[in-house]
Parts: sequence; C-alpha cells; structure tokens
Amino acid sequence: MQLPNPETLLTDITAKIQAQLNQAPSIEQCAFVGIHSGGVWLMQRILNTLKLDIPFGTLDAALYRDDYAQRGLKAQSKPSNIAFNVQDKHIILIDDIFYTGRTTRAAMNELFDYGRPASITLAVLINRGGAELPIFPNIVGADILLNAKQSLQLSQDTKGKLHLSLEDNSLEESDTAND
Amino acid sequence: MINPQLDSDGNLKHLLTIEGLPKRILNQILDTAETFVGVAERDIKKVPLLRGKTVCNIFFENSTRTRTTFEIAAKRLSADVINLNVGTSSQSKGETILDTVDNLIAMHADMFVVRHSQSGAAHFIAQHVPDNISVINAGDGRHAHPTQGLLDVFTIRRYKPDMHNLRVALVGDVLHSRVARSEIHALTTLGVPEVRVIAPKTLLPTDVEKLGVQVFHDMKAGLKDVDVIMMLRLQNERMNGAMLPSAQEYFKTFGLTQDKLQLAKPDAIVMHPGPMNRGVEIDSCVADGDQSVILPQVTYGIAVRMAVMALLGSGSPSSLQAIGGGNVGQAGNSR
Repeated sequence: MQLPNPETLLTDITAKIQAQLNQAPSIEQCAFVGIHSGGVWLMQRILNTLKLDIPFGTLDAALYRDDYAQRGLKAQSKPSNIAFNVQDKHIILIDDIFYTGRTTRAAMNELFDYGRPASITLAVLINRGGAELPIFPNIVGADILLNAKQSLQLSQDTKGKLHLSLEDNSLEESDTAND
Repeated sequence: MINPQLDSDGNLKHLLTIEGLPKRILNQILDTAETFVGVAERDIKKVPLLRGKTVCNIFFENSTRTRTTFEIAAKRLSADVINLNVGTSSQSKGETILDTVDNLIAMHADMFVVRHSQSGAAHFIAQHVPDNISVINAGDGRHAHPTQGLLDVFTIRRYKPDMHNLRVALVGDVLHSRVARSEIHALTTLGVPEVRVIAPKTLLPTDVEKLGVQVFHDMKAGLKDVDVIMMLRLQNERMNGAMLPSAQEYFKTFGLTQDKLQLAKPDAIVMHPGPMNRGVEIDSCVADGDQSVILPQVTYGIAVRMAVMALLGSGSPSSLQAIGGGNVGQAGNSR
C-alpha cells in the first residue's frame, strides 16, 4: 500500500488549523493540546510553523482509558501537563492517528478535570477508520481505511522528520496459509 | 526461588518488601509515580482508575500519617476506602488476623494495605488471600516499609536524577528502622554507588555491611561530600534501655545541625521520613532550611502510593509490558 507523506499531511492540517483559528473570536481564547506521543510531535511542529503565542499542553490520558481493567497501565505512560486555564478555552486537540475514538474519549475526560472548555476540535493526521464511539475528527489530513490486523505507526527520526509505517499481520497470516 | 510479590509473568502482584524486587519493577513504579505528581496540582485531584474498587487499610498498629497518605492515594484513584484500626476493634475481642481478613474478603475488598508490629504479617496475609486481591505492606515490625523506601528514592531521583553518581548517607537508628532497610535495598538496586550508614554501634545491626553499605560512627567523616542525607527517627523508647545515654547527648553527637550539614556537598538535600524529633536527631533550622525536602517527601509519597495501587489494581497486570512497550520514538495506532 502506498502511504502518503506525513510531512505533506502535516502542512495540510496546519493550514486547516490556521483557518479554524481565524474563525475563533480571539486567539487568546484558543489553546493547543497534543496527545502523547505523536500528537505532541505534531503540535510542536504546528506551533513552530504558525509562530503563534497560544497556550498549549500535553495529555497522556492513560489514567482515563477504558481498557485499564484488562490491560493495566501502559509501561511508559507520560505525565500530562496542562499549565493553562482550560475554562472557556477553544481547544484544538491534536493526535496522530484516529482509530476507535477511545483515546479521544479518555483525553476529553481528562481535559474536563482541568476545567470546562468552550469547545474541543479534534485534529488528526490520519483517520484509519474503525470508530467504535460517536466521536469523529474535525480536521483530517488523510482517510486511509485499514483493517484491525493492520497497524499504522507514526515515528519521528532524530532530525524531527516524520515517517509512517504500516505493519500488516493479515498478509503474513494469508502467506503462511498459502505455503 | 519464587518471589511471592510477582505473578507468573514477572509483574507486581503484591508489594511486601523492596528486597528481591528487580530494577525494572522499581523503575516502573517510579516512572508511573511521575504521571501522578501532576494530578494533585489540578482542580479535580482524581483519576478514575480504581472506580468501583474497595481498598481496605488494615492497621494492627497505629500510624495516622501512613494511613492518611494511603487513604488519600486510594481516594485520588477513585477507590472506596475502608479504614480498620484493628488494634482497637476485633483483635481485642480475640479474633485472629485471618478471620479479620476473611471477613473483609467476604465484603468484596479488592486490595489490602496492612500495617502490623510483627515482621512478616503482610506476607502471611498475601499468602492467604485469593488471586484477585493484592496486598501492600505499610510497615511490618522491623522488617520493611516498601512505599516509604520508594517515596524516598523517588524524592532523591527528582532532586538528583543521576542516581549512578550519588553518595547517600543514612543517619541514626538503623537497627530498629524498617525504613532504613527498604531504602538501602532500593538505593543499591537502582545503582547508587555509595550508601553510607552513620550511627552509634548500639543502633546498627551486627551484619549491616552485608547490605552493601559503608559504616561510619562519626558524623564528620560520614557526612563528608555526600549528596543526600537521610535522617532516621530516633524512637524515644530506645532511650530507656542501655542503648543511648540521653537525648541531649545523642543530639550532640548524631543530631544534624547547620554546622554538620556544611560537611556535605553545598547542594546536598536533607530528608526525614517523619515524624521528626526536633532537637534530638535534627535541628529545627535544618529541618526548616533551604536544603530540607522533608515536606516534598510527603507530597511525593502520595504519588508513589497511587502508582503502586494503580499497578496492582488492574485486572490482568500481565499485559503491562505488551502495550506501549514499542520502540522509543513511535506513536500512533493506540486503540
């Protein structure tokens, strides 16, 4: 499968976020929140590009996930850091890949423990399909329909350049079946 | 040898003692605690992890501070908390420990936090409870007080992140201190190269060197160039025996004063597990001074206890390593 260039997708969602900010009553009432880890990388790149003086923070949401009882805590959960006042802010929530919507739900729950935002807009690089909740991204770089056995990963190299990689376990299994 | 604290996949099942816990588990607890530090600074100081779970604090020995910090930690994880001061209830009517525990199991408790004056009490209870219940040792006799040891190490790591380049001195009653043992195990496991104990001979266990520490009987030599000073509480009842001459005499020789603190590195931190005896093991101006991190220890104690409970409280901790354990620098695809 030909994967899109994540750098191009980032330019695209950055422009869309800029347009969204232009519609806001004032930039002071807006804030960025990135979800660890990919969403934080994207947020930092967007902040660098737009050169805006806008409050921003990071969320891990591990403490709000709905699969804690089954899967326990993630081995490397990172601290959330929301240093600004969430109350009445228009929040742009940034994640890399949108899948079931469960991470977004957890992140929104956590945000509400900091205050009552005026609105939340979800911006993602890729929507891979498979939503299990009535939650959908507002700003999307690309739609790529994947099945449950495929795993799409965003990574960042030492120079800060973004890469996408697809692991396809469904193919491996059918290969084995053919052997 | 089977470690009763770990399940078959090597994940934490009970927290009974730091002795024998692998470095990977200690780091997992400390890293998880980092995520909980921020929770206390928010408007809503609560996360939903243990919603619907019941944590029983069973205290066969009184300790208001430890019980309170465990209670706050459990409540910030949204658990329901039951406090039992057994010393003042059933046991005085003749009920055995296991009968008390069985009654709480019948009430569907999910986690026990146990304090007892007898060494090994928490182990005893951990061996008795069914698989789905976890036990945390909140201090057993002279043996162990693992969460205190962990919170001390967490505090050190926050102020002195380079653990491989530290000189740590424990000062005072090592003999009767369960905290000292837990701390020494944690520090050596995490790779602190030099741990010293400074105490009169009467307050040191006979084979203390076997724990991997250097022994000093003199503050001047022992405190020289250390990065961390951990004062231990001197229990007043020790004065009554032949162990020590008097509180004044002890303070003169082993009490931490501003003068003695000068011997340590200029940026050394001063710690104390509490409750302090001002003017016995520590001078007030040191306890309240710039280098003291005694109150941050209390704050971090809650984050560390939350981390331990969060790691123990999930239905199947065996998959801990399976998720999120991907390559560093990878993200995405989280469900």
